[in-house]
Amino acid sequence: MATLDMRLACKPADYKSDVKPIWCPGCGDYHVLMSFTRAFAELGLPPEQIVVVSGIGCSSRIPAYTSCYGFHGVHGRSLALAAGLKVTRPDLTVVVASGDGDGYSIGGNHFLHACRRNIDMTYVVMDNRIYGMTKGQPSPTTESEFDTALAPGGTGLRPFHPLVVALASGANFVARCFSGEPNETASILVEAIRHPGFSFVEILSPCVTFRPDEKEWKSLVHPAPVGPTNDPAKAARRIMTDDGFNIGILYRGDRKPFQPAFGTPTADVAALEKDFEL
Amino acid sequence: MSKPDDAPKITSLADLFAVAYQIEADAVERYETLAAQMETHNNPELVAAFRDLARAEAIHRDEIRRLAGEIDVVEHARKVATWRRGESPEAIELGAAHYLMTPWHALQLALEGEKRALAFFASVVETTKDADVKKMAEEFVEEEAEHVNLVNRLLRKHPKPRDTWSDDPDPPNAQG
Repeated sequence: MATLDMRLACKPADYKSDVKPIWCPGCGDYHVLMSFTRAFAELGLPPEQIVVVSGIGCSSRIPAYTSCYGFHGVHGRSLALAAGLKVTRPDLTVVVASGDGDGYSIGGNHFLHACRRNIDMTYVVMDNRIYGMTKGQPSPTTESEFDTALAPGGTGLRPFHPLVVALASGANFVARCFSGEPNETASILVEAIRHPGFSFVEILSPCVTFRPDEKEWKSLVHPAPVGPTNDPAKAARRIMTDDGFNIGILYRGDRKPFQPAFGTPTADVAALEKDFEL
Repeated sequence: MSKPDDAPKITSLADLFAVAYQIEADAVERYETLAAQMETHNNPELVAAFRDLARAEAIHRDEIRRLAGEIDVVEHARKVATWRRGESPEAIELGAAHYLMTPWHALQLALEGEKRALAFFASVVETTKDADVKKMAEEFVEEEAEHVNLVNRLLRKHPKPRDTWSDDPDPPNAQG
């Protein structure tokens, strides 16, 4: 763990790249970026020890805006990439960024199994309940009655409940944040990164362009009335019965992270080739 | 935004300078972020407005650093100037930005920030038991009141736009 001196030596600005974000003005993801850099500074980790992995979508642009190592991967596959990275380089801190479309639809299957495997990494999903980058199609978390020209009268489909799915699938840490509270989000990210195993942090991040109604979230969010539990059944009951705007750490499990044991790496090319012989 | 229950506790002059410094530094950062956003979205009038506001706040920030003398406000701010849930009073809310916003909107955001800062320092004056802190906080109250007046004067040059200011003949919701 970083010492106080190390933490004081790191500034959020150290984790920002020179690339200017191209999100829409008012987008919640600006605040999420701010929370990332504040959390990294609080952790006192050098940027080269952090890897931010993402898929496709507005939120997945975030690795380019940090000075950490980054991998802007294939749509929905960020968790698969990150899992491979973490098991081979357990010394690195791996943070995965996604959105509700990339993470719950295209990458939905990876989400389930990443929770189940419980590899020590942090999965941050910026949920705006819409496909913003492709101009406003309903996503898995869009409300069934949300009416657009692309889904007249709404989809009529029950929205996906990511926190309950994460819990049921074995995530070891579950939290919900609101992008408009970047300090609170940063402190939860710090705890998520420090917690062993697979940490899932959903950040409600409004899309002001295609979901201007989400500006109201600011007045709807509130701190979770009770602290985190380590009882999945209790956490599931709380999450399933809350109003969807409870902010805070909701579950903190104690399952041992999965880390496969590897043998000594093969330095000899001939021996390596022999391994691949048919 | 700043919430009364999570504002930093000010128990010394060093704390007050550090918090005042952080308030101005956060304002500079936000205005620069907003200027960069507007540059990306080709709203040059707002780029100029936010850069001007960032420059003004940078002057205030540097003045506080000078006033603090021997106190290392940057270092001390990292220890004491933290808001857990909310943010410092002049941290402009990025969620309020819009790609078609006008200088009037920018000044409204600035005005809200200055008023929050004024209220913050006024609460320090009311609650502190330290005479030096009280005296300095009173000076900050006067200064913030002057900033409020300055923004109000600037607003006279930029009247409220018509209600149709956000109408876009070529909206981004091409598929909506």
